[in-house]
Order: sequence, then structure tokens, then C-alpha cells
Amino acid sequence: MEACPLYLTKNFKNPAALTFDGYVASGGYVALKKALSMQPQEIIDLVKAGNLRGRGGAGFPAGVKWGFLGKTEGPKYLCVNADEGEPGTVKDGPLMEFDPHQMIEGIAIACFALGIKWCYIYIRGEFYKAHRIVQKAVDEAYAKGVLGPKVMGSGFQLDVALHPGGGAYICGEETGLLSSLEGKKGFPKLKPPFPALKGLYGAPTIVNNVETLACVPHIINLGAEAWNALGTEKNGGTKMYNVCGHVMKPGYYETRHSITLRELIYDVCGGMKPGRTLKGVVPGGSSSPILLPSEIDVRMDFDSLGKAGTMLGSAAVIVMDDRTSIVRALDNLLHFYSHESCGQCTPCREGTHWLYLISQRIVNGEGKAGDVDRMLDICNNMVGNTICVLADAAALPTQSYIKKYRAEFDAYVLDGGRVGLLGNREEKAAAHA
Amino acid sequence: MPKLTIDGKEIEVPAGTNLIEAAKTMGAEIPHFCYHPGLSVAGNCRMCLVEIEKAPKLQIACNTPVAEGMVVITTSEKVKKARAGVMEFLLLNHPIDCPICDCAGECYLQDYYMDHDLKASRLEEGKTKKQKAQPIGEHVMLDKERCVLCSRCVRFTDEVSKTFELGIFGRGSTEEIGLAPGKVLDNAYSGCVVDLCPVGALTDRDFRFKSRPWFLKETETVCTGCSMGCNVVLDTNTNPYNKVGEARAYRLFPRENKAVNGYWMCDEGRYSHKAIDQGRAQSAALEGRTVPLESALHRLAGIAAPLVKAAPARAAFLLSPQLTNEALFAFKRLAASLGVAQVEVGDDLKAVGKADGYLIQADKNPNSRGAQDLGLAPRAGVLGGSALLASAEAGNFDVLVVVGHVLQPQRLKALGAKVKALVGLQSHAHEGSEAYGVLLPMAVAAEQDGSFTNHQGRVQRNRKALEPLGESQPGYALAQALGHALGSPQAKDTPADLFLGWAKSLPQSAHLTLETLGTQGAASAASAVPA
Repeated sequence: MEACPLYLTKNFKNPAALTFDGYVASGGYVALKKALSMQPQEIIDLVKAGNLRGRGGAGFPAGVKWGFLGKTEGPKYLCVNADEGEPGTVKDGPLMEFDPHQMIEGIAIACFALGIKWCYIYIRGEFYKAHRIVQKAVDEAYAKGVLGPKVMGSGFQLDVALHPGGGAYICGEETGLLSSLEGKKGFPKLKPPFPALKGLYGAPTIVNNVETLACVPHIINLGAEAWNALGTEKNGGTKMYNVCGHVMKPGYYETRHSITLRELIYDVCGGMKPGRTLKGVVPGGSSSPILLPSEIDVRMDFDSLGKAGTMLGSAAVIVMDDRTSIVRALDNLLHFYSHESCGQCTPCREGTHWLYLISQRIVNGEGKAGDVDRMLDICNNMVGNTICVLADAAALPTQSYIKKYRAEFDAYVLDGGRVGLLGNREEKAAAHA
Repeated sequence: MPKLTIDGKEIEVPAGTNLIEAAKTMGAEIPHFCYHPGLSVAGNCRMCLVEIEKAPKLQIACNTPVAEGMVVITTSEKVKKARAGVMEFLLLNHPIDCPICDCAGECYLQDYYMDHDLKASRLEEGKTKKQKAQPIGEHVMLDKERCVLCSRCVRFTDEVSKTFELGIFGRGSTEEIGLAPGKVLDNAYSGCVVDLCPVGALTDRDFRFKSRPWFLKETETVCTGCSMGCNVVLDTNTNPYNKVGEARAYRLFPRENKAVNGYWMCDEGRYSHKAIDQGRAQSAALEGRTVPLESALHRLAGIAAPLVKAAPARAAFLLSPQLTNEALFAFKRLAASLGVAQVEVGDDLKAVGKADGYLIQADKNPNSRGAQDLGLAPRAGVLGGSALLASAEAGNFDVLVVVGHVLQPQRLKALGAKVKALVGLQSHAHEGSEAYGVLLPMAVAAEQDGSFTNHQGRVQRNRKALEPLGESQPGYALAQALGHALGSPQAKDTPADLFLGWAKSLPQSAHLTLETLGTQGAASAASAVPA
């Protein structure tokens, strides 16, 4: 496999890039300068042509989203979603910690293209270090005239403020984020109206992920064609993938969008740990349905994974080997979702909790016949019936885990997890002796 | 106006109407918990999910405005399954303590369970326990276990009372309604959250455990607590075995009237129903001695009739803006037939409170405007209330009929000493009333049919919910009895007859009939407020 040129992560081993001068020396702020000489609509068209997909998880084309921004007079906002919280995901944190100016440059270009003067960076509360680094970079950008009343000497004005999150997964959902930013409880808002028309404080608002904005300068620099050439048909550019679990070299990697899951696991990450075989892999963060070893010859882009019945999400790949108990993995997942449901909508508030209660009973060896079917039925009553997609994020993986590993679930219910490698430590040790 | 089809039926409703309201116009109900027409749309209960042609997912009816050509299906298997699913989720951790819940019988969970679920619980893991019976204000009790977290009460305190006492705390399955730190639910409209609550989570501390709702008779009437005339329902007991003390009236709650009170009413009005049963004057009295009504009227005929006949100018009627239009009209007619010119409502004597700029009006009388329209307000050539009393104290009147005013005991004593026939018509016993030579018991508004004109000039029907207590009689009937006793017999008109007589007597009300008033009232033509 030919090596992929690095864009998003090119400064990750260049500590100098943390400073303004270092970033400029690495070729930074050239794109912003170029953008300021372009027509705003040209930039939006360029991003559209570059097939930049929203990298928070939904994969909605960023340029199209920008095109929806309300054309009203009065304030409009850009909110940067830096509340990275999808289990398994490590991409926005490093992007801010190692190359904060890249994001700031992306913000400035986006705001210029959209005619936005105010930007909030809603940063996850636990990202203390990243918060400090980004704040320092923002301060320096102000001092160097990249932010403030005259962006790089142009007539364009831009103010950027950081806001630490309150510590809830749901505040990473774009409208939950807006509620939280408004000082309210992080309840997602009803759509329609969509944030692009009625968002923060009722004003037109674009919410973009950190990685999405970090891509923008590179599209300006490379042009749409070259950027597109790095990806697949409708998924432009390179992408950050983070792989965790039972592989030799877990970590985050920037590669072409066109890479397959098999290549990612076996070529990029060095394959499974010695003596282990692949049992299942979650391709896009905990909310995405699981894939069997037979299903990993799939391209890691939004559309290919969608066709495979799962999703790219935050591109957080969780690899599980043959010694993993899928029942317990699901239990862990359900604990997370029942804890993180905001509680606004009935099906999610009660459903996630109930799923976890049943799962706990199964894991504790008290499962009964019918439990697994009941879980599937609960999932059916949750999917698509709530304001945001947290209910789907809990229910769709649950359905896929159960459907693809049904025998394991049934066995666990029957023997209470006491048999085989799934529960009892001594037996497990004996099995591997 | 967009045309759409709901379950195969084509309807036409104004643009902007949501699907729940649209379905209402064809008599269909789309089940819902969190939606309330008087509050913003929250869309969180997920009960009103419906299928819309061409939409990939089920949509919530409360947040979906009608559109031209829209095809809505509320009866498909998909919708039924979603509703049953939501009901199962809502009841999952609900304590099902209906036998000890005040809301049983008027609970959305009960109704919708029968309509959309009807299955046993599949929960085997034990219900989440939450706090029960927590007083959160003077009038309201909170049961967190019964709550379905629809957020109606929270939105009410945010959007209507704007007092922000309530909030949603916690998240996921531990989420609950609660008081904001340092706050108590003590706003002037706090009782409304009980009406809003679709389940038994918020109950009225006054009404709690007093009656099952199915023992109560509902009467659509108006509140008489101030000149706003909020449209209300008065619930009265029908179960002889269910008596709490002597109370007959159990509760008042608002009913919708967009032109007057929206969907709300104040606490002061809400608990004014207690006066229907408490401290009532139930029988006639002569100088404080209880006598049958017949005897009192006989005495009146003996003493007062000759005096009025001899010198009508030395007789006076002091009426009250608490009286219905019918009673005021009857008294006015009586005074005219007796040749008594001094007839007035005593505007300066009436109870006055503080207005809040919303529903609560300063004038605590339901019919000041009605009295004004009838020409019974202070005017040239007639003494105002205080002046009349002062004049009577000075010995200028032989006969003084005080209707519905509570006067100071000393003042009554002074009047009793100077006025030869001091006649009182009172609904409630009060100190010093033995000074009345003749005291006749009067029925309260809840015991008679009639109409009031609120401060906007809107004429609204007051409906009879109860029989008059003891020997008391409605004001209009006492006017007729008085006429008989004073030698000027009046027609035995019913309230309906009197209403028409009243309406015809005023140019601005001539077009009104009881039918045009209906349940929502109508503006008299002179008023600036549209109907």
C-alpha cells in the first residue's frame, strides 16, 4: 500500500507548530490569505466540490450544510463541536492539542465564507489540556491579527471564544450543544427548525466538527480535484481513523478515505495480537453496528459503510478478538448509553435503562428465555422515535450485536456465562493453558 | 387554507395549525402528554407519533404543521406499535398506585393505556424508586414516581407565570421534576400546574383525597373572584356518602377561553369556591333572631311598605357589583316601579385588590361593568355609596335596602339607630348583621343562573351548579319577593326571561341571547374587545 501524504496530522511531530510562527513556517495561514481574496460563494462551492463530509459522525456534506445558513440580517454563529465523546474516538483532541492553529485557520475561512462574525468553540470539559492549548493559540491569533477586528488586514471581523462543556455525551449532539451553550440543560432541540435557520439564541448557526474545519485549509490549498483524489467518489480527502482494541498498534492514523477496514487493521495497525483471531469490529465509534470478520473488506468511507449496514461515524474502530465476550461488550455499551441518555424523550430515557437492566441480569447469570428477544423488541420501539439519535445509537448496535452473535447470547442466558471463555476466570485460564 | 387528509378524511384548516389541533377539528384525538396548546412545543413524550406519506420516519403530530396535500395516517400498524411502545416505556417505572392516586379517573396514562396498550408489564428488574408526596408549594404536592416528565409544569412556570420555580434535574432514568434551589412554587397561578399535569404527579393539596372525580358534577361557569371573569369548571359533589364536612363545592379549574383567560386562572380565584359553603347566611333574621323567610317578608310588608309608599324619596337601594346582570336588572325595575330614585351599586364600597397585569384585576367584583352598563354606577343626582350611608346615618332615609355589601359593625349600628327599616340581603353571615331590622339570605353565584359582564365588556354566562343553601334565594328572586312585600308585585321572571329583558333594555346588548353567549360569552357591542 502506498503511503498517504499527511495533511491533518502533518504537524503532530512538529511542536513548533503550536506557536503562530511555527505554524506559519509549516505553511500555515496561506489558505486563509488565499481565501480572503476569494468570493465567499467560491469558497462554499469549493468545499462542496471537495466532497468534504461532516466528520462529527453523520457525514453530511459540509458545503451543503453551509449553503443552508439563513440569509438573515443580524447575528449568525459558527459553533465548533469539540465535545468529542463517542467511545473509542481520539481525533479532535489530538487535532487541537498538536495543531490548534490548523483549526483556527479553518474557522476563519469558514466564517469568512459564511459571513459569520462570532464563533464559539464548545470544547469537552475533560479536555483540560486541549482547552489550554487552544486558548493560547486563539490569544496568539488575536495578537497576530488573524482574529479580531481585521482578519489578516482585511475588512473581515471575527471573534472566537471557548466554552468548556459540562460533561455530557449528549452535549456533542449539535442541538444539545446549542442548548448547553445557551446555558440550559443539554437537551437536544426539536428539528425542524434546523440550526442553520434557527440555532444558537435563535440565530442562524452552523455547527461543525473540529476535524471538518481542520480539513478546510487543505481544500483551499490543494483545490477540490486534488483533495477529492485522496478519497473516494463522494468522500473527499484524507481521514483520521482511530483504532483501539486487540490490534498490535492501536492509535490514530491519517490515511486515504479509500482504505478498507481490513487494510486498516492488518496493514496500518499491524494486525491482531499474536495468537488471536478477529471476532468483530465496530467501525465508527460505539454507536455504529458491529461488523463480522467476513465483512471487513469494506471501504472506510461514509457511503460504503452505510451500504454495509453500519456507519463511519467518528471513524473510531474498536477491534475485538476471539477472547472478547460480546455479551459483556454490549453490557458495557448499554451502561454508557443508559448513563448518557439526557432523559428528554420517553423511549430513550426508559429504553436505554431497561436494556441495561436486562443486560445486567444476563451478565450476572440471571438471564431468562425471552430476554434477548425482549431486548430486540425494546430496540424496535426506540429506533427513529426520538428527538435526537441517541436512542438509535443505543438500539442499532444492540440489534446488530444480538443478530450477529445470537448463539453467544443464547448460550450466555442458558449457562449464565459460567461455561467456556466467556465468564469464569479459571475455565478461561484452563482453555488457554 | 391548506387541505390535507387525515385517515382518509379530507379537512381544511388554517395554515400553521399542527396535526393534533387539525385532528381535533374532525373530532379525532391524537394521544399526547407533553403537548398543550397554551405552551411551547416540547415534543418529548413521543406519544403523538403519526405516519405521514413520503416521510421516512414517524413524525410527532405536535410539531408538524399542516401542509397542502399532506396525507396523515394515525391508525396504521406502525403507529399503533409506536404508541404501545411509548405507553410501555411510560408505565415501566410508574408506580401504578391508582388506588391511592387523586388523578385516577382523569389520568392520561389510564385512558391511553386502555386505548393503546392493554398489556401486562414486561419489567422484571424492579421499578426505579423516587420521592413521593413532596409538598412543593402551598397548593401543590409532587409525586416524582408518577411523573412522565412531559415538562408541561416546567414550561408553565417558564412561559406563563414566568417565575421559574420548577426544573428538570438529573438525566436518563434518574431524571425528575423538582424545585429550583431556594425556590418554592408560590406564584399566583401555581394551581395551574395541577390542571396541566396529565398524570397524578402534581396534585392539589386542597383537593387531595377529598373525592374521586367521577363523583363530581362539572358545571361550566365563570369565576366571580374579580372582574376578569375567567372561564372555569366548578366541580360539585354528587355522592351523599362522600361528604367532607358540609362542603358541596370541591374545586374550580379553568376552561379554555382565548378571549379571556386562555387556559389559566389564578390561585385566589381557584380557591374562592370555599366561600360557596363556608359562613353562609342560610335563614332570614329579624334583628338577629332567626325566623322563617315568610315571616321576615311579612314583617317587611308591615313596616317598610307603608314607608316606601309614603315617601319614595326617603327610600334607597344600595346594590352590589357582585350581583348578576339579571339581579341588577330586577332590582332596577323594582326601584322604578316603587318610584325609588336612589338606586346605585356603591362603587366606592367595593372590594379592591392589586392587579398583576395579567389575569388578576384590582376590582374584586365580577360585574362592575354590568352595573355601569345598566346605569347603576355613580351618577349625577344619586348619592354614591359612602355618601348615601352618611346621609342615612344623618337620618335622611326611612328605608335602606343593602344588597350584598358587608358594612362595618359600627356603621350598621349607627344606621340601625336612624333608618326605620334597614333591610339587608346577604349571602354570608357577618359581624353586626343583627343591626338589620330584616335580613334575607341570598344565594351565591354558584346557586343561580345568570350573566356577568367582565371588565372587557364581555357578557358571560354564570351557571347554576347547586341548589341555594337553606332558605337563601338568588338576588333576582329576592327582588321579586321584595316587590311583593313592598306592594309592587313583579313578574315571576326566570333568569332566562330576565336576561332577555336586560339585553333588550340596553342598546349595546340588544343582539345578545343565551344562545349567542354559549360557553364562551360574547362582547357587548359597546365594548372595544372583539368577540
